[in-house]
Amino acid sequence: MEKKIKVLVAKPGLDGHDRGAKVVARALRDAGMEVVYTGLRQTPEQIVVAAIQEDVDVIGLSALSGAHLHLFSEVVKLLKEENADDIIVIGGGIIPEADQLVLKEKGVAELFTPGTPTGEIVEFIKTNIK
Amino acid sequence: MKDSKYNERKEEFTLSTGEIIKRLYKQKKNVEFLDETALPGEFPFTRGVYPTMYRGRLWTMRQYAGFGSAEESNQRYKYLLEQGQTGLSVAFDLPTQIGYDSDHSLARGEVGKVGVAIDSLEDMETLFSGIPLNKVSTSMTINAPAAILLAMYVALAEKQGVSLEELSGTIQNDILKEYIARGTYIFPPTPSLKLITDTFAYCSENLPRWNTISISGYHIREAGSDAVQELAFTLADGIAYVEAAEKAGLEVDKFAPRLSFFFNSQMNILEEVAKFRAARRLWANIMKNRFNAKKKKSMMLRFHTQTAGAALTAQQPENNIVRVALQALAAVLGGTQSLHTNSYDEALGLPTEKSVQIALRTQQIIAHESGVADTIDPLGGSYYIEELTDKIEKEVKNYIKRIDELGGMASAIEAGYVQQQIQDTAYQYQLDVESGKQVVVGVNEYQSEVEREADLLKVDPAVEEKQSKKLKRLKENRDNQKVTKSLQELKAAAESGNENLMPYILNAVKVYATLGEITDILRDIYGEYRASTL
Repeated sequence: MEKKIKVLVAKPGLDGHDRGAKVVARALRDAGMEVVYTGLRQTPEQIVVAAIQEDVDVIGLSALSGAHLHLFSEVVKLLKEENADDIIVIGGGIIPEADQLVLKEKGVAELFTPGTPTGEIVEFIKTNIK
Repeated sequence: MKDSKYNERKEEFTLSTGEIIKRLYKQKKNVEFLDETALPGEFPFTRGVYPTMYRGRLWTMRQYAGFGSAEESNQRYKYLLEQGQTGLSVAFDLPTQIGYDSDHSLARGEVGKVGVAIDSLEDMETLFSGIPLNKVSTSMTINAPAAILLAMYVALAEKQGVSLEELSGTIQNDILKEYIARGTYIFPPTPSLKLITDTFAYCSENLPRWNTISISGYHIREAGSDAVQELAFTLADGIAYVEAAEKAGLEVDKFAPRLSFFFNSQMNILEEVAKFRAARRLWANIMKNRFNAKKKKSMMLRFHTQTAGAALTAQQPENNIVRVALQALAAVLGGTQSLHTNSYDEALGLPTEKSVQIALRTQQIIAHESGVADTIDPLGGSYYIEELTDKIEKEVKNYIKRIDELGGMASAIEAGYVQQQIQDTAYQYQLDVESGKQVVVGVNEYQSEVEREADLLKVDPAVEEKQSKKLKRLKENRDNQKVTKSLQELKAAAESGNENLMPYILNAVKVYATLGEITDILRDIYGEYRASTL
């Protein structure tokens, strides 16, 4: 049997908007993936530790507080330091286009903004997983 | 009626709850839709809380704003007041909302982002510089540390020489919905409720015109609930606060007149109007029958409304101007006391001065050009609106009954019941959008390939550093002995468990103890809330 794709859905920082994170978590589960949701107020360090411990393939970060540049970059940086940058990092939230470019340059694989069908996220993960 | 000659364009027409909407609503036999005694300003206030409503005074146009430093936000407030806004609404950044000073490690990346950073009375002085507090009413979206920010506002009023009887405004102060939907909790429920009832008691003695709480359905709806759930969970939260206050020994008619509410206005205009009407009738009955309130004012549900952030689309953002106008119209037809209209670019980032101006103009057009403010409850008596009002009332009562069976709202939240209900509805909505059952113009139909231009507001990235420097300077220049003493006294009072903490918090903010320092004292005693993940 093929191994299930495993995803950590995480809320970095102090933001409490978790409707998107929870909807995406459920959609990924419905698409046959194994999903761990961290809950609110995770530091980048906590997220990276959880991702390595849980041996996930993908980290999905959600932030609607505007702190995405700092927080998402930090997660990518820490993963590199831990030699765990085979884990794909994707993100979602209210992320202006200029910031999306910066984040992609830093190693975030893809960013999904409001209105994205969950099927698009499922598809992206399935296509990009090694 | 299945008649091929009269095919309908959909299998079924539904409300946000999934309830079926009939083709036509007719007068029900033997039912008086409009009870002649149910006049506006009269129990149960279905048609409005005041006898003249907008013919007497329009709703307060109150745009939620705040970003970056206190200086920048002060400029935005002055701009809004110049544009004809009639009340202020302060957005605080997340570190402030969770009781961290700007130099705390967990504040990194968040300072000044979703609102203004306030660390001490000094920042509050800057925030309201040139704005006399007896000339504006101020709403503050602050919950877990509401008592501290209120104390800062009171201290500032005293500095400005404004008497406390003149102060008018609102603190959100609604912790239960933070556990359910918004996430800026600090302490566990029991001490949080104590802080809330402390503010009730303090305000009933000192701030007669202050709304001590804004019991909020807004965020519950944003988290994905439907209209009935929004109303049911909000009123159930309200019941929990009244019970907590009574348990703390407060007399219902002393604090209940200053309770206020905050609702969302979503896309289905008629459903929303019925929701607002049902809200007033339900609360009036709860206060009268469940809590034996005697004063009319204790039974009046007064509310603020904000248009639905979740309804804004990143695609074809200009369409949001129309969405906001329709939602604002529903709020006005529903009899709101104050209103915030969202800016069309908020699914992309922080709004610009221009987009905020359009949002405010939308309210002014409704107020002065549309004619809907010229008579009271203009949709009252419509067969559909009246039937829907009754239906929502009935469904909300069922939810409240269920919550009572679970042991009240605190228990229902602890059991995860409320959160699960909301999540199920949110997910169903997402599925409906993806299947096309729910059309969202520009998102799943009528898409266009036009590149969007985003002229967005940028928060000064240096704000974090500036705030940290300011804090350092403050701590060097204030009388630190007085600070230490005030914090020790607060600690002793909090440990005793039976003293009202407001006077102690007020003393501490006056000698420039910071928000973080005060919150840390309480964190040590009360502990921190940890949500279970569902």
